[in-house]
Amino acid sequence: MNTPVTTSLAQTPLPVSAAKPLLQARAARRLPQERRWSTPVIVLAQCALLIGGVLAWELSARQGWIDSFFWSQPSKIQEVLMVFFTQGDAWIDISFTFRATLAGFIIGTTLGTLIGLSFWWSGNYAAIVQPFIVCFESIPKLALAPLIILVFGIGLPSKIAIGVALTVVVSALTTFAGVKSVDRDLERLMYALGASRWQVFCKLVVPSVLPWGISVLRVNIGLALTGSIVGEFISSQHGLGRAILYAGQTYEIALVWVAVLVLSTLSILMYVAVAHIERVLMKHVKR
Amino acid sequence: MSTAKIELRGVTHDFVTGEGQLFRALDNVGFSVSPGRFISLIGPSGCGKSTIFNAIAGLQTPSAGSIIIDGREVTGMIGLVGYMLQKDLLFPWRTVLDNVVLGMEIRGVKVREAREYARPFLARYGLGGFEDQYPAALSGGMRQRAALLRTLLFDSEIILLDEPFGALDAQTRARMQEWLLQIWSDFGKTVIFVTHDVEEAVYLSDEIYVMAARPGRIRARLDVPLARPRPRHITLEPAFARMKERCLALLDEEALTRGDAPPLGAQAPSAEPALAIEPPPPSAQRLSTPGLAA
Repeated sequence: MNTPVTTSLAQTPLPVSAAKPLLQARAARRLPQERRWSTPVIVLAQCALLIGGVLAWELSARQGWIDSFFWSQPSKIQEVLMVFFTQGDAWIDISFTFRATLAGFIIGTTLGTLIGLSFWWSGNYAAIVQPFIVCFESIPKLALAPLIILVFGIGLPSKIAIGVALTVVVSALTTFAGVKSVDRDLERLMYALGASRWQVFCKLVVPSVLPWGISVLRVNIGLALTGSIVGEFISSQHGLGRAILYAGQTYEIALVWVAVLVLSTLSILMYVAVAHIERVLMKHVKR
Repeated sequence: MSTAKIELRGVTHDFVTGEGQLFRALDNVGFSVSPGRFISLIGPSGCGKSTIFNAIAGLQTPSAGSIIIDGREVTGMIGLVGYMLQKDLLFPWRTVLDNVVLGMEIRGVKVREAREYARPFLARYGLGGFEDQYPAALSGGMRQRAALLRTLLFDSEIILLDEPFGALDAQTRARMQEWLLQIWSDFGKTVIFVTHDVEEAVYLSDEIYVMAARPGRIRARLDVPLARPRPRHITLEPAFARMKERCLALLDEEALTRGDAPPLGAQAPSAEPALAIEPPPPSAQRLSTPGLAA
């Protein structure tokens, strides 16, 4: 029953019934649907998974299934955690890393946003500078970290500088993308109404680019944290990164876990805070 | 000549196309509008209506010719006319009220004063209660009202309307036309209106300029002999129908000589040029200007 479909479509009417033998009998089936569990059930399952994992870890360490020298064990980690906070430098380290991250984040984001916005003012300037920015973006900035430590010393400034190096380009490029996407018709409308460039910049460019600048905040807080940790790895007297490195070098695996745990908590808290700020800002900026 | 509110003299504009050829978008366009008149430009796509508007608004300096407002040469100057497009171009992050005062704000009025000044206008022209809403919450008709009010409160005596109701449904459109006439008689502005819709042009205007394309030029000037105020049912009167027919005939003739449209029958009242479904006959070549990309 091969019908020459390709030839003379218009002239010969196609035998519609010809396709029928090719089809199988019609099989009706229900729409597949998953029954969703309620939120408490989901949370319960998550807790069970977490507790189960920790218990399994503890059990395998005690039974000798895994080497507790390398992997440590939850009970030991908890002990060290207490010691770290009561007798150790916990708060000094946390505060050091936190300050370095926050400063790197704020300086890098602000600087990057300003650079991105500045491209609006002159197409020539943007065209000249853009390749350099893209080049700088493609450099693995962390590879420059030892150099930055040499220049800025082993204190806080070098950690901030690494964070800035990581965040500034992301902000600049994102903001520049925002600048390029400013509605040309709105721009023309403003000029038709006799606006000056400064007015167009303040009333149109900045407000339309803001959501772009804000959308990059969550990425940047993570990058700034990475920057300060790497800086502390290389050379530092304080900070959670230094604590991790020090503990690893002295085979205090439990302390490594403690520092990682504290670092993760810090990271999550900062992320949640920034995400909240982002939500609040977006609500004011975008309609 | 000094009585004209706005006058175009020999406005000609050439573009360089992507292939490096010269393309004449406007050829020696000239007209003058007396204060407080409502004129319409109708014509096929590509007849340079938008280029004319850009030239008047100062967004594009024409290759030749001049634009004169109140007897003063203002070619290439911005900020002298109100300008409104089919897209409402409201700023999504500004409330309706703040959108409406944009023109005043640009002219240096303090935001607070501008808001106080604009509020009664919003209430009067059907936007009462929506002052603090954002444009996203408004219907298409409401958005166009806000855009038109912004254009009006910019306080220029000339306003350019580029197919402002083109995107609206027929009913909203009819209401907006009446609303526009109301506003026009309240404010006494000089209006230059561009539309594809012949009926709209006849209903609203004092004068209609029928344009031709490639190159864009004015083909005919028609006076609309209908008394004002014009009730809606005027569109059913013979005088109205005759006027409409004349416009359609002119556009039809234009489409035929260009050869890229089948003859418009009596049942096709659209001024929209039909798609080029036939290759242009040799007669089309005869009409092209030397500089034109054939």
